[in-house]
Amino acid sequence: MARSDRAPQDLRTVLQNWLPKIVLSPSLAAMLIFVYGFIAYTIYLSFTGSKMLPSYDLVGFENYARLFGLSAWTTALINLAIFATLYIVICIVIGLVLAIFLDQKIRGEGMLRPIYLYPMALSFIVTGTAWKWLLDPGIGLENTMHLWGWESFEFGWIKDRDMAIYTLVIAAVWQSSGFVMAMFLAGLRGIDNEMLKAAQIDGASNWNLYRRIVIPLLRPAFLSAFVILAHLAIKSYDLVIALTGGGPGRATELPATFMYSYTFTRNQMGVGAASAVIMLMGIAAIMVPYVYAELKEQK
Amino acid sequence: MSMGAQDQAIRTGRITRMFIYVVLIFFALFYLLPFFIMMINSVKPLEEITGGNMMALPSEYTFAPWVSAWGSAQIGVEATGLKPYFMNSILMVVPAVAISTVLGAMNGYILTKWQFRGSNILFGLMLFSCFIPFQIVLIPMARVMGTIGLAGTTSGLILVHVVYGIGFSTLYFRNYYAAFPTELVRAAMMDGAGFFRIFWRIMLPVSGPIAVVCIIWQFTNIWNDFLFGASFADLDSMPMTVALNNLVNSSTGVKAYNVDFAGAILAALPTLLVYIVAGRYFVRGLMAGSVKG
Repeated sequence: MARSDRAPQDLRTVLQNWLPKIVLSPSLAAMLIFVYGFIAYTIYLSFTGSKMLPSYDLVGFENYARLFGLSAWTTALINLAIFATLYIVICIVIGLVLAIFLDQKIRGEGMLRPIYLYPMALSFIVTGTAWKWLLDPGIGLENTMHLWGWESFEFGWIKDRDMAIYTLVIAAVWQSSGFVMAMFLAGLRGIDNEMLKAAQIDGASNWNLYRRIVIPLLRPAFLSAFVILAHLAIKSYDLVIALTGGGPGRATELPATFMYSYTFTRNQMGVGAASAVIMLMGIAAIMVPYVYAELKEQK
Repeated sequence: MSMGAQDQAIRTGRITRMFIYVVLIFFALFYLLPFFIMMINSVKPLEEITGGNMMALPSEYTFAPWVSAWGSAQIGVEATGLKPYFMNSILMVVPAVAISTVLGAMNGYILTKWQFRGSNILFGLMLFSCFIPFQIVLIPMARVMGTIGLAGTTSGLILVHVVYGIGFSTLYFRNYYAAFPTELVRAAMMDGAGFFRIFWRIMLPVSGPIAVVCIIWQFTNIWNDFLFGASFADLDSMPMTVALNNLVNSSTGVKAYNVDFAGAILAALPTLLVYIVAGRYFVRGLMAGSVKG
């Protein structure tokens, strides 16, 4: 009777085999069109003379040449470099310190953790609004210090061309550092305590324990934090709009705000598309190796 | 919570512990400060803000700023307050979260339990799609929305958020289901259970924790989105974040700081609420995911 097992597949079995692929196909189609198709379209536009509307006449690398000739774009790139470096470094330092401290059997941990984490639930528009007034010299911190009697206190960074970019860092760090703390805390809680105890019996000081053993073990958490923060920094748009609107002047212009204004308000779609392509390349340089490593590890 | 209960190997001295507490409390105050300031200033009369101290508690409490932010502040042409935009955001976020979560669960199930040739590459493409800068899709999306007649509508925004939300929801469910024993699925197949039956009877009942993570993540992201709202919505479909920004950054008239603060809290309320109610499950789920690296 075993022979009948090999009977031709009936419709039900065939359907059963195809069903997963059929169910997956709408998502797949959406992804191919809306992500990869759109990327291809934007790349194509970046090589055309599109102004207010897309046009399809190819102009070679003209948009890229123009883009890198624009002082606004140079400003945006320099600002991004300053912002991203400080944002990533400060978030990681604060996140790591808070996580290590919070890991010392702290009383009230259950209360502190949600306080550190809640800013990540807020929109950058809300965060920006709050910090905008806090940093405003007229009504915010500076004014408060004056009223408290510290007359010489000055904090007008948000109105200062050279310093405004740092106010973005303050607000962004406030928003994201708690999240980084949670990632490090998860990493710390995953470390085997027996190993630490053994090292301590061997006479290692706390400082050495962390420097030599714990922090190296947190490598995956460092990597995840870096990848997430770097991609957030490159995409940053909302915060700039809410906090400074790109100003004063162009002092807080970032690639994301540059792309939007050149594409939709200055009618230079070709240049805007080219700037978007550069942004994608920046993110891809970070994400592709990460995604690749992630997939390889899971095999 | 259970994580605090584990045995701690590091021993610290008295002075060190004092120092640790000081630092931890300092940062708690740093994180609370902006929200505290928004709260106290949203219930002050305007003169008290412009003429006084932002950090001081109100000497006279008033809920007028809240009433104005909700119902009568000037946002667009008409003085409607934030209310209609709050509704727009609700109408947008609920279906977008529901659809992207269901699709993510299905995709995750297929990519782990019904693997086929190339399914891993597919997953890699989806993973990468989570991290693209949205500026790269802004122009074609605007074109497509115009062509299919969804520009300036809530349905259009739902479409956008579902499309760009699938990546993350698939990622969450895939990684979660990957740890679920495939033998159980095999056994059910032997017993003649089909594709949907296995999903419904075996996978879905164990999906609670990851569904919570996915829903909170999608809800927060979609509610907080500004770029898509600012690019694709018109006055009738404008979400809360865009309306708030218009309120705060409108340059006409006297700056009503107290109304701005009340509006900002209104815009933050839903995600804060979700975070307070379900935040611990989110952190737990996230942690479970990130420990593996």
